[in-house]
Amino acid sequence: MGTIRISGAEAVIRCLLEEGVDLIYGYPGGAIMPVYDELYKFQDQLHHVLVRHEQGATHAAQGYARATGKVGVAIATSGPGATNLVTGIADAQIDSTPMVCITGQVGRHLLGSDAFQETDIIGISTPVTKWNFQVTEASQIPEIIAKAFYIARSGRPGPVLIDITKNAQFDELDFSYEKCTGIRSYNPVPKLNLDKVAEAAALINSAKKPLIVFGQGIILGQAETEFKAVLEKSGIPAAWTILGLSALPTDHPLNVGMLGMHGNYAPNLLTNECDVLIAFGMRFDDRVTGKLSTYAKQAKVIHFEIDPAEIDKNVKTEIAVLGDVKESLAALLPLLDAKSHDLWHNEFKELAKVEYESVIKDELNPSTAGLSMGETIEMINKHSKGDAIIVSDVGQHQMFACRYAKFNSTKSNITSGGLGTMGFALPAAIGAKMGKPDREVVAIIGDGGFQMTIQELGTIFQTQVPVKIVILNNEFLGMVRQWQELFFDNRYASTKMINPNFVAIAEGYHIKSKKVTQREDLDAAVAEMLASKESYFLEVMVEKENNVFPMIPTGACVSEIRLS
Amino acid sequence: MEDKTFTISVYSENNVGLLNRISGIFLKRHINILSLNVSESEIENVSRFIIVVNTTEKWVQNIVGQIEKQIEVIKAFYHTDEETIFLENALFKIASSLLFDEKQIQNIIKESQSTIVTVSRDFFVISKSGRRSEIEDLYEKFKPYGIMQFVRSGRISVSKEKMEISSLLETFK
Repeated sequence: MGTIRISGAEAVIRCLLEEGVDLIYGYPGGAIMPVYDELYKFQDQLHHVLVRHEQGATHAAQGYARATGKVGVAIATSGPGATNLVTGIADAQIDSTPMVCITGQVGRHLLGSDAFQETDIIGISTPVTKWNFQVTEASQIPEIIAKAFYIARSGRPGPVLIDITKNAQFDELDFSYEKCTGIRSYNPVPKLNLDKVAEAAALINSAKKPLIVFGQGIILGQAETEFKAVLEKSGIPAAWTILGLSALPTDHPLNVGMLGMHGNYAPNLLTNECDVLIAFGMRFDDRVTGKLSTYAKQAKVIHFEIDPAEIDKNVKTEIAVLGDVKESLAALLPLLDAKSHDLWHNEFKELAKVEYESVIKDELNPSTAGLSMGETIEMINKHSKGDAIIVSDVGQHQMFACRYAKFNSTKSNITSGGLGTMGFALPAAIGAKMGKPDREVVAIIGDGGFQMTIQELGTIFQTQVPVKIVILNNEFLGMVRQWQELFFDNRYASTKMINPNFVAIAEGYHIKSKKVTQREDLDAAVAEMLASKESYFLEVMVEKENNVFPMIPTGACVSEIRLS
Repeated sequence: MEDKTFTISVYSENNVGLLNRISGIFLKRHINILSLNVSESEIENVSRFIIVVNTTEKWVQNIVGQIEKQIEVIKAFYHTDEETIFLENALFKIASSLLFDEKQIQNIIKESQSTIVTVSRDFFVISKSGRRSEIEDLYEKFKPYGIMQFVRSGRISVSKEKMEISSLLETFK
C-alpha cells in the first residue's frame, strides 16, 4: 500500500475521514493546536462544531451517536480540556454509546513533569472508558485511531479516549490507513449457540405468563424489525427500560410500558407474577429491578445479551443466550409458537386502567391552575404526532417525557439513563439534530439541568442548528424535592431555585423565545415552536410541587410500586 | 455466600495501563487484593497476572467477567486453593554472627528445606519457597534470634486444569 509523508496532526484528520467522520465537536487549546491547524485546512471535508465547554462536546457527540447509530467524535486539549470530557465519557460508558474522544497532551519530553496543562487523562479516564491509549509517536496514529473506532462501535459499544502528545502531532510519519477488523484479545460478539436458542424457544413456548423486557440492545443491535416479528408471533407483552424506549412504537398493542422506578404500574407489578421473564439487550439496572432479592423470583429468566459480564450479574438466569441480538432473534422466530396470551394481556389492561384512573388522567388533564409536565409532553405529542426525537435531561421532567412521549420510530428517545447526567439534554439535542437534520428534535429540560450546560445556547446561536428547547420550570430541583417530600419529611434542603429570566438569556443568544404560564396559551406556543424553521426556546411554568408517580421507592420490591 | 480465597489468573497483552485498569475493577468493588504477581506466561508476548483475593464466589465471578471484558485481556479464570498448585517465596536477612553463635539456626535452615542465597561477613540471606504457613513457621522460628529484613512475594500458581490459551489465540487469527 502506498504511503504519504504527513504530520501526525494531518494523520489524525485523515484517519477520521477514513472512518467516515464528517462532523466533530470540540474546543481548541494549546496541546491540540496542530490538529486544529489541520482542521482549518480540511474544513470542507470535516466540519468542526465549536462548543462552549468540553462537556458539551461529549454530550453533543453522544446525541449524534444515539440519533444516528454512528460513532460520535469529541476533541479537546490537554489538562482542563480533557478533564471536562470525563462526565460525558462516563455517561457514554454506562449507556453504551459509541464515542471516540481525542485529547491533546503535552510533549513526550514533558510527560510526568507537571507541565502546564498536563494531566494524566489516561489514568483519570481508565475506569470510564471501554479502551484508552496514549499516543507518543506519530507513527502510532493510524493504527491506534483505527482500533479506537473499531472498539467504540463493535460488540457492546462504548467510549474510547485517545490522548496524543504534542510531539506526535508535529512529527511526520509515512501514512497509510487500514481499518481495524479484529483484535486477538477482544471478542466483541460471542458466537450464537443455537442449542441455547432452542432451549429458550421451548421455555417461551411452554410459558403461560411470559413477559418480555427489552433495553437499548435492540436499538444498538439494529434489531427492531426482528424484535417486532418475535413479539407479534409470540404475542408476549413487552415492557421497556428507559433506554429501550422507541425501539418499539409506543402505540404498539404489545407494548405494556416502562419498567422501573417511575415506570408503569402493570409491567412492574406483573414482573413478580410472570412465569418466564425474557430479557433482550438490557442489564437489570437497580432502577429497573428494585430490591433484587424479591425481583421476579417466581420466574425463569432468559437473558439475550451481547456482553457475557452481564449474565448473572444482577439476576440469575435460567438460560443465557449470548450473541448479537439481531441474529438471536432471527434464529428464535421460527422456533416460536404463534400465541396471543389474551387472558394474560387482560391483567395488564386492568392494571393499566388503575394507573390511568389514579395517575395518568389527572396528569394529562389536571384540575390545578398550574400546568403539569405531563400535559406539556402530551401537547408536544399532539403537534409532533410522535415523529420527533425527544432529548430529555435528568429529573422529574425526564420521567414525564419518557412516560408520556409518543414515538413512532427508533433512535428517537435520547436521554442520560445510567449516569443520570444533568446538563445532558441541551448539547445532546444539538448533536441529535446535526445527525438527523430532517427530524424534529425537541429537548425537554428542567430549570436545574438547563443551567448546568446553558452555555451551549451559544453553540446553537453560532451554528444556527434548529433545535427546539422546552424548559419545564417548577423553580425546584424537582426530583430531589420529591424525595425530600416523601422520604425526608419535607425538608427542602437546597432544592429551591431562584432562577434568572431564561427568555431574556435565550434572546441574548438571538433565539426566538416564549414563556407560557397559562394553560390556554400552551397549545399555540407548542404549535408555533414546532412550526419554526429556526431554533426556538419555550419556557413552560409548571406546578411547583408535583410528584412523579407511580414510584418504586429505593430498595423496595417492584410489586410495592406506589400510585401516590 | 461465605468468603473464600480465590486465585484469579489473567492472560493478557503486555500493555502499559492494563494493570491500572484491572486494579480499578477491585477498587470499585472495595475488594482488597491480597497479592498480585505479573510475569511472562508460557506464550510469547502474553503476560500472566496472578491475583489472590478473599471474597465470595459471586463477587469473584463478577470480577472475572469485568476483567475479561477489558480489550487487552485474552482470558481470565478463577480457582480455589484446591484447584491450583501455588506457592510464595520469602527472603530472610539475618546477621552472620548468629550462624556461629546459635547452633540452632543451622538446624532450622536444614529442617525447613530453605536455601542460603548468599553469605557475607555481616549477614546471610535465606530463601524459602512454599505455602504461606510454612513461611510463617520459619518466620516464627527465626524471630527470637532477630531478623534484619524479611520480605515475602505474592502468590504464583498454576492450575490443575488445562488453560487453552494457545488454541484460543489461534481462533482469533
